[in-house]
Amino acid sequence: MRIRLSAEVLRNDLVRRVEEISGQDLLACYQCGECSAGCPVAFAMDMLPSQVIRLVQLGQVEEALESETIWLCAACQTCYARCPKGVDLSRIMEALREIALQRDGDYLDIRAIHPEELAEFPQQAFIGGFRKYTW
Amino acid sequence: MEIPYYPGCTLNTKAKGFDNSARASARELGLELVELEEWNCCGATFPLLVDNMLDLAGPAQVLISARQAGQRLAVACSTCYNVLKRTNRVIREDEDSREKLNFFLDADYGGDLEVLDLLQILRDEIGFDNVKEAVKKPLSGLKVAAYYGCMVLRPPAEVAYDDPENPHALDDLITALGAEAVDYSHQGECCGAYLAVKSAEVTAEMSFTILASAQRSGAELVVANCPLCQFNLDRMQKTMGSRHTGFQPIPVLYFTQLLGIALGLDSEGFELDRHYVDPRSLLEGANLI
Repeated sequence: MRIRLSAEVLRNDLVRRVEEISGQDLLACYQCGECSAGCPVAFAMDMLPSQVIRLVQLGQVEEALESETIWLCAACQTCYARCPKGVDLSRIMEALREIALQRDGDYLDIRAIHPEELAEFPQQAFIGGFRKYTW
Repeated sequence: MEIPYYPGCTLNTKAKGFDNSARASARELGLELVELEEWNCCGATFPLLVDNMLDLAGPAQVLISARQAGQRLAVACSTCYNVLKRTNRVIREDEDSREKLNFFLDADYGGDLEVLDLLQILRDEIGFDNVKEAVKKPLSGLKVAAYYGCMVLRPPAEVAYDDPENPHALDDLITALGAEAVDYSHQGECCGAYLAVKSAEVTAEMSFTILASAQRSGAELVVANCPLCQFNLDRMQKTMGSRHTGFQPIPVLYFTQLLGIALGLDSEGFELDRHYVDPRSLLEGANLI
C-alpha cells in the first residue's frame, strides 16, 4: 500500500476526532507489537491491532474504519494492560467504532438475531453487544 | 455481618444459580448479602470514550443508591464489578465528570463507596482459612481450573485485587475447598464476551483455546465468575467438538456453586441442571451431590 503523507493528511479531522474522543496520544505508540502479540482475537482479524493504530497515526482513518478488526475487539484490555507506553488501544477501537456507527449506522440489526438465541443468551451479551454495535 | 449487595440483571434471571449459590454460601460463612432496594442495569460494558456521560449515568445511579445503603457494596458478577468499580473511580477522580453526573442524576455523590468483588470479600474479610474450616464436603481429588476472565484483572490499576498476569485468589479458594487447582496458561484470557451476539464462531474458538489449555493441565471442571464467560465457555462446546478432533466436553460452574457444595449446602437452588455440559455426573461420581 502506498500512502502519500503531508501535514494535512497526518493531522486531518478524523485523526483529531479519534484523539479527542479516545483521550489517547496516538504518537505515543512506537509500534512494538505487544498489543498484537497478546490479542486473543488476533487470529480472526484482517488487520492486527498494532496496524490499526499505525494507520491512524499516518492519517489513514478511512482504511482503519473498513477493517473488521474494530468490530472484533472485545475490549478485554489485554493490550492496554501490557502496553509499555500506556496507550489504551481499546479506547482507540471504541473511537473508531463510534465514528463508523455515526456515519454508517448500526453494525448489528436486532432482527437478524435468531429468536432462539434471543431467548437463550444472557442479557449481558445483548446489552454489551448493542452498546458496541449500535448507535 | 451484613453488606449491601448488587446482583445485576443476569444474576437476577439467567444466572439465578450464581445468585442463589452466592447468597447461600455467604450466609453459611456469616455474611448476609442484602440486596439494594432499588437498582438498575450497570450497562454491562464500561464506556471507553471520554465524553460518554450517558453510559456512565446507569452505573452512577447504582453507586448513588448503594451509597445510601452503606459504605461498601458487594458484587458477585465480575462484569458488574468492573463497570461499577471503574465508574466509581471516574466520579472520585474526575471533577468534570462528577459534576455532570451529579447534575444529571440530581445527586451529590463524591465516589467514596467501596466496590468489592465477592471473591475479594471471601479472601480478605472471611478469610480462606475460615472457609476451609467451614467445609463439610472437601472436594478431594477434584481437578479444577480457576478461570478469572478479564473483568477482575484489567485494567490492573483500576480493578485488580490480585496479580493481573498470574492471579491466584480463585486458585486459593479452590485449594481451601479441598480440590486441586490446576495451573494453566489461559486463566485470564478473554472468552470473547459480547462478540457472541455477532461472531459466535469467533467466541467458540476463543473459548476453546481456554478450555483446551485447562484440559492439557488435567482439569476436569472449570469455575467462572461471570455469567457471560460461563455461557461462552459452556454453550460453545458443541461447536468446539465438531471443529477440534478429540475435544472432550468439560463442565463450567460458577465458583459459588462449587463453594456451596463444599460447604455442604443443599444444591437445589443452584440450577446445576441448567448448564449445557451437565456437571452432575462428575459431582455425583465424587459423592458431592
